[in-house]
Amino acid sequence: MNFPVSAETARWLAIPMGIAFGVLLHRGGVANYNVIVNQFRFKDFTVLKVMFTAIIVGGIGVLLLKTTGHAQYHIKPANMLGVSLGAALFGVGMVLYGYCPGTGVAAIATGSLHALTGFVGMLLGGVLYALSFAWVEAHIQKVAALGKVRLPDITGVPDWGWFVILAAIAAVVFWLIETKFKPAESAAVSTGSGN
Amino acid sequence: MKKPNCPSGTGDDADRAEAKARWHPYLVGIGIGVLSWFAFGLVNQPLGITTSLSAASSVCALPIMGSDGVAQNAYWAKTPFQWDGGMLFLVGTFLGSLLSVLVSRTFRWEKVPATWAQQFGGSAPKRLLAAFLGGIIIMYGARMAGGCTSGHGISGSLQLALSSWTFFLTMFGSGILTALILFRKRAGASSSLSDLALFDRKSGVLDHRNTLAKNKNRLYAI
Repeated sequence: MNFPVSAETARWLAIPMGIAFGVLLHRGGVANYNVIVNQFRFKDFTVLKVMFTAIIVGGIGVLLLKTTGHAQYHIKPANMLGVSLGAALFGVGMVLYGYCPGTGVAAIATGSLHALTGFVGMLLGGVLYALSFAWVEAHIQKVAALGKVRLPDITGVPDWGWFVILAAIAAVVFWLIETKFKPAESAAVSTGSGN
Repeated sequence: MKKPNCPSGTGDDADRAEAKARWHPYLVGIGIGVLSWFAFGLVNQPLGITTSLSAASSVCALPIMGSDGVAQNAYWAKTPFQWDGGMLFLVGTFLGSLLSVLVSRTFRWEKVPATWAQQFGGSAPKRLLAAFLGGIIIMYGARMAGGCTSGHGISGSLQLALSSWTFFLTMFGSGILTALILFRKRAGASSSLSDLALFDRKSGVLDHRNTLAKNKNRLYAI
């Protein structure tokens, strides 16, 4: 597969792309502890709005690129036990930390000192995973390992069908949020002008 | 509310300034979506953070485990530390946020965020330790799941990957449960602190006058 730029150029392009990502995370308000934690308390829907919009806009574009031969997929294997356990831990960690790994890095740059201690924790978490990797690989990642499966593969609903469904869900959810949802008083600082 | 002896950023002034600098969340979502087009169509690498972050953790293990110990580890052998696109993207994310916060003049030192303080008080060591523990758990979970909010949540979900939607939904469910437990209403403790963010809808400012005196020692003695 041929890409418009060489691998070496692509490597350096990662810097401006990272910068754009960092700017978007900060200006999206998701480098703010209150915004992230209050999403899980249903007091602020900024995270859902940003992520769901990114998935639909990104997904339709990438689908077009893929079908016209300008991109390839990078599917992570569906090791269902590992993904489920990992995601469950991730949810606990995300609420306790108040950031996810990317927004944590962005938050350090905004002056969040607890994002920094959490970053040190993340490095330690990486070490702990590496140390337990052999055991996890043998006992957890092989359970219910379905391979690099996509939703269209297992449902028979084509890609376009999925994006129509997702867009419809997003339209309803966003409409409900914008019309019915009133920011809770205690979340006032985190919503601010965020919606 | 100018408080010269309040460098910790529990102050809502800082939060309000940050909220003012924000762009509309849907526009930001579109921006990240478009960025994904370039990630797939131009550099052939989906947006992601934790693969590089865990590779970086091998550097931290060097002093303890030695270079042989790290090299022999099956995981780091698979994802060694290198200045590849992923690592440069991670650096770029930090730089971009720094650039944005400097341009919008919203940089502030924050030890205890408002939502945490409302529930757990203003103790900085407590918050810094909780974040540290949260960091360990989130990273271990991310590596076990094979990605994070970026790699699975956005890049994987937009490819309609089964693994990524499983991650997305499970992570949200687990987070909601955790928030229910962590931020449950606590008798007594919350009554005075919850007044803290009393929202005056007419003027659009937070009214602290009643509670400031009561809580000042608790929140700002950090």
